[in-house]
Amino acid sequence: MTNAAHFISEFPLPDARGRFGRFGGRYVPETLIPALDELQAAYTAARNDPEFLAELDTLLREFVGRPSGLYLAENLTRRAGGAKIYLKREDLNHTGAHKINNCLGQALLAKRMGKKRIIAETGAGQHGVATATACALLGLDCVVYMGAEDIRRQSLNVFRMRLLGAEICEVTSGTSTLKDATNEAIRDWVTNVRSTFYILGSVVGPHPYPAMVRDFQSVIGEEVKVQMQALEGRSAPDAIVACVGGGSNAIGIFAPFAYLPPEQRPRLIGTEAAGEGVHTGRHAASVAGGKVGVLHGSMMYLMSDPEGQIIPAHSISAGLDYPGIGPEHCYYSTEGMAEYVPVTDAEALDALQLLAREEGIIPALETAHAIHYAMILAAELGTGKTVVVNLSGRGDKDVAEVARLLKGIESLGGVEA
Amino acid sequence: MTVVDKPSRVGRIHAAFERAASEGRAALIPYMTAGYPDQEGFPAVAQELLKRADLMEIGLPYSDPLGDGPVIQKAGEQAILQGTSTRRTLQFVKELRPTTDVPLLIMTYINPVYAVGPEEFMRLAADAGVDGLILPDLPPDQDDEIRDLATRYGLGLTFLIAPTSTPARVQIVTEACTAFVYAVSVTGVTGAREGGALNEVPALVALARQHTTLPVAVGFGVKDALTARKVAVDADADGVVVGSAFIAAVKAGQDLGALADDIKGGCVKGG
Ligand SMILES: Cc1ncc(COP(=O)(O)O)c(C=O)c1O
Repeated sequence: MTNAAHFISEFPLPDARGRFGRFGGRYVPETLIPALDELQAAYTAARNDPEFLAELDTLLREFVGRPSGLYLAENLTRRAGGAKIYLKREDLNHTGAHKINNCLGQALLAKRMGKKRIIAETGAGQHGVATATACALLGLDCVVYMGAEDIRRQSLNVFRMRLLGAEICEVTSGTSTLKDATNEAIRDWVTNVRSTFYILGSVVGPHPYPAMVRDFQSVIGEEVKVQMQALEGRSAPDAIVACVGGGSNAIGIFAPFAYLPPEQRPRLIGTEAAGEGVHTGRHAASVAGGKVGVLHGSMMYLMSDPEGQIIPAHSISAGLDYPGIGPEHCYYSTEGMAEYVPVTDAEALDALQLLAREEGIIPALETAHAIHYAMILAAELGTGKTVVVNLSGRGDKDVAEVARLLKGIESLGGVEA
Repeated sequence: MTVVDKPSRVGRIHAAFERAASEGRAALIPYMTAGYPDQEGFPAVAQELLKRADLMEIGLPYSDPLGDGPVIQKAGEQAILQGTSTRRTLQFVKELRPTTDVPLLIMTYINPVYAVGPEEFMRLAADAGVDGLILPDLPPDQDDEIRDLATRYGLGLTFLIAPTSTPARVQIVTEACTAFVYAVSVTGVTGAREGGALNEVPALVALARQHTTLPVAVGFGVKDALTARKVAVDADADGVVVGSAFIAAVKAGQDLGALADDIKGGCVKGG
């Protein structure tokens, strides 16, 4: 597989002002504007530098284990009774999720820029672990902001980060989840901007983050093209399903297909966390239940009350527990380039168990949202079609939380919370 | 800059700086979160500050204040919990307006403005008697409409510069300001800090003056007479913004008037 080698995909958006249509932009304190300009210039130079690309490529292959497999899930396909279901195995990456693709890119960039102190926010802890890993590898100091609630429900990842030498800053403001960890990371960056590189973990934040994170993650979709060609004789499947928190794993697999002419474009479907149901208000489905506003430096769909106060998100999965969605997804949604569907906590929990039993793969709770919808979609599309699901991460981090949630369910017999 | 008939809102802001300057002082600009410490207590706190203020900033509390340190964050959280909404904040302004000629500025983040709708927000603010707006997460080149609307509704606009600002950014920001220029004293969020902060202020104020004849006020980290003097005298700023220190004083039940008098003493140019 050569596709990751020595190039980073180019896309028509954002425009020169960092906008995807009206979405995106740079709504941040003025203190950060020069740093964002500097970052953009450094990133533009790096992505055109063969040496940077070769270094990233080597790490992705030798350290992460790319390309990740595109696996035909026959049992799942049979169970759904329709389209073939392929799983893009980002769960097999080193550190267990897609997050590492982006972290290595940004950490290499930080090193190039001479920044020795790295900060990051994390929800599920996967981005925190991936950042801590990249920092350990490249000899950078690492501080990770994480909400107190997420520290509780993702304790395995907290311990992993500590083992990797990262310092964890517990965030207790607001809802003590990903949104607040991101606020705190941005405040740190405003304060230490001259010495610090902020490795943002999803396709959110001020320009150039949504574009840069997408570019680093688009290796996923580029690989799918080559793998589909080999497996099915055509580069695009009929549909692609991915879960959406901020939206980085989804954009990584969508973007290489999204700008194709409509007749060549697969259906692109992002599954948002519907929590206890969009109608209950306890959810994290920003497209289904949100309105346009500004969060973390970017114009996007978000969950806010009529006066613009951000409403706490709710999801069973810490990585989707975020009241906004990346600006490029907002653009895809308004332009009809992708669809966004809500999937509830209960549906995700069932899908996690289904994939474990049918295929011997325990997915992350985030990813389970995509599995749920892929089953429905495969049945709907019918035989002769293909669906690719981005299997964004593995479920090790969630096992204790799932055991707690399923307590009393006999089939798990003997598992203690 | 006073206008013949009724002073315009922007005129009122400029006149306040001129009056302080004519008295040999940098203008004292207190910040207080609307609805803090609670809805009943806020008007008295505001009046205590207005007695000493040349201009006053009223914070419209927001759930995710990226530019604020813990003191203003917590004050905002508390105010929101007690029901201080956008409309309630503007109602406070409406109630204060007949009692004072001190220019009243709303400081908030862009999301509450967009949520109500920029035009509706401007209309409501102008109606309530607001003189100007400060939006710390809106670099002026992100939104052209806001500036046109502010002009149409006669509201002054203040954008921020920071120690990291390049001359090109200072040019963009100062050109967009109509009320005054807000120079952020340090790289960081609001609130007091230890050590040798404020060292970068003189150079920043000087840089601003190369690009604008508008008043330049400095905020973030001013907490007492000493830090006020650094800003007003050493850096020769036209205004001194103080927020977290006043909120902390309210919280601790300290004498707000005495603290404001003390800081105002630090604003005297000769001293
Ligand atoms: C496995 C996995 N999938 C998905 C997500 C959600 O993030 P994003 O929407 O940026 O892919 C996370 C975030 O922590 C994750 O760990």
